[in-house]
Amino acid sequence: MKRILAILLENEPGALSRIVGLFSQRAYNIDSLTVGTTDDQTLSRITITTHGDDRVVEQITKQVNKLVDVLKVLDLTEMQHIERELLLVKVYARDEQSRAAVTRVCDVFQGSIIDMGKQSYTLQMVSGKDKIESFLDMLRHETDLIEVVRSGTVGIGRGDKALRS
Amino acid sequence: MNEQYNGSQLVVKALQALDVKYIFGYPGGSVLDLYDALFQQSEIEHILVRHEQAATHMADGFARSTGEVGVVLATSGPGATNCVTGIATAYMDSIPMVVLSGQVPSNLIGDDAFQETDIVGCSRPIVKHSFNCRHAEEIPTVLAKAFFLAKSGRPGPVVVELPKDILNPAQFFDFKMPENIEMRTYNPNVKGHPKQIKKAVSAILGAKKLVVYSGGGIVLSNTSLQLTQLVESLNAPCTNTLMGLGGLSGTHPNFLGMLGMHGTLEANKAMANADVILALGARFDDRVTNNVQKFCPDATIVHVDVDPTSISKTVKAHIPVVGCLATVLEQLQSAIDASKDRIDRSAQEDWWYQITKWREQNCLSFDASGEKIKPQEVIRKVYDITNGEAYVCSDVGQHQMFAAQHYPFKNPRQWINSGGLGTMGFGLPAAMGVKVAFPSSEVICVTGDGSIQMNIQELSTCLQYGLNVKIVSLNNRSLGMVRQWQDMLYGGRHASSYMESLPDFVKLAEAYGHVGIKVDTRDQLDEALERAFSINDRLVFLDICVDESEHVYPMQIKLGSVDEMWLKKGVKA
Repeated sequence: MKRILAILLENEPGALSRIVGLFSQRAYNIDSLTVGTTDDQTLSRITITTHGDDRVVEQITKQVNKLVDVLKVLDLTEMQHIERELLLVKVYARDEQSRAAVTRVCDVFQGSIIDMGKQSYTLQMVSGKDKIESFLDMLRHETDLIEVVRSGTVGIGRGDKALRS
Repeated sequence: MNEQYNGSQLVVKALQALDVKYIFGYPGGSVLDLYDALFQQSEIEHILVRHEQAATHMADGFARSTGEVGVVLATSGPGATNCVTGIATAYMDSIPMVVLSGQVPSNLIGDDAFQETDIVGCSRPIVKHSFNCRHAEEIPTVLAKAFFLAKSGRPGPVVVELPKDILNPAQFFDFKMPENIEMRTYNPNVKGHPKQIKKAVSAILGAKKLVVYSGGGIVLSNTSLQLTQLVESLNAPCTNTLMGLGGLSGTHPNFLGMLGMHGTLEANKAMANADVILALGARFDDRVTNNVQKFCPDATIVHVDVDPTSISKTVKAHIPVVGCLATVLEQLQSAIDASKDRIDRSAQEDWWYQITKWREQNCLSFDASGEKIKPQEVIRKVYDITNGEAYVCSDVGQHQMFAAQHYPFKNPRQWINSGGLGTMGFGLPAAMGVKVAFPSSEVICVTGDGSIQMNIQELSTCLQYGLNVKIVSLNNRSLGMVRQWQDMLYGGRHASSYMESLPDFVKLAEAYGHVGIKVDTRDQLDEALERAFSINDRLVFLDICVDESEHVYPMQIKLGSVDEMWLKKGVKA
């Protein structure tokens, strides 16, 4: 079962590698990982997506919580939440026909064209995993993909509830 | 104006403020400034080892016997990596330790400079926490935090990396020790949740077949007296893990002996048949549970531990209580005393009757009629001659299990062994650490011909500091436990478990300036022990030739339930 963990931790060198090390040394797989500072510059926030049954995820959550750098851990999958991922994709757009097709797909999926080259377009999309994958499938159908960059999931709880120090 | 100090002096000042009396270490390029600062003071004594691994085990033995933080100092690179085994050993057994490691100057970090390794990275999976100290000003705060983390909550080793430039003797700073350590991300639970305490008490008082299963946490938290009080007030049978021996006195009538792989039959039978298990500071290690799927299927498990990750890690706890044992035991005891419910004494009588039956099988008996000396009889004689008062530090192997089984430990912190990691080479340096802490006490290292050779160079350190430990080596000319497994599980094929060219240990001891005594036959044993234990001003190395074919029994049957055991060769319980 897919799980999304939101982790608030000290913005210290080595803090991220402790988290990652904990997953690898216990043979838990990380599907995606994003990290950045918060409005409080001394704190970072990590979103990790992983797989596991309740027992495994309970252990992961406890182990992460046990790390001295970690302030809070929240399992977003247990609550109503929003998850988003940023996609940047460069595709071939050599002629009018393929440019039109790519633009059409982009419009339908509410992506945006953010750069163009002599024979390529670079597109951006912010969405959930499913929509991003459908978007990529449709682009593949119309043209060839040159480069794909995905940020991995970030997540936040719905409503007024917040993960803060 | 305040007096100012350079980085090295700040380290020393901070350690003095933290009441450090001993540092175990070995110098090298990156920490020479610090050694110079240590040289110029007399509050902290530095013990120069012969190998950094031994420094970590010495600090570990010191910490286990005193309850204080053991301190290690090593240089960067190989000095630091030599500490890794000792750090892992301390981590597995939750021993408070601070390892100060040198590092190349900040401007060279990451350049593959001479004697550089990323020790914080190397040790990350085996420390409670680690610090890269980057500025001299922060040294006192970092050290105060390191000590606080090492000994609070679930204790453990902490590594502090000190780059050479911040130890620079030419730059001076104020010294200010933080008064209170507050870390917003670190708040170990102290008090057990009242609801859980209530549930625990109702389970305990409702039990017909209760067993108290206490682990190393009892020793680490200094709650042996509270445990004894609880066990006595309930008249409960109690078993200790290998790490918890001495938690309840080995001679207490309610003590069932150790449980687990080489535990007693009565302890393991009681666990398997219990209806309620009160687990205190124990982590359901696989050397205890055997096959987790078959572990105590009918028991309600109440699990008290300061570390939430230990709870329901391998065995599901029905009533988890997270908190410090001292506080939780107090909560439990007062709730039990105040409760209107009382334990069912007639059911308990039946339970004790059953346990007595298991006890009568005398599972630790052994046959000493043959010509060769049995390892068990050596341990029992050592127990007699020391009145059960000695600190016993063991290495890892058959001798470790024989010592655990046949030397009943009266007190916590009297039994020092590498339980979690099973580190051969631990015994001698750990014994030395204990001897540093308690120079006038009898400190014994029970070892074997395999283990002792893993850190035998420390005989030299013993001479330098007059650490007159007694080394009792049960010499079976082989790696006994490996050989036992090969006998039992590998068709008797002794692949690489035979020691073909053992040194003459007596001459070796003498070469290092100690006394060596060799015992070949049973008729020499008593006299040799008497002679050895009458010598107090020298280290004595007893090389005792024992029956190499002896196995450690009882032994759990592989992948069986907790009480499925071999009692003797080919005899099942």
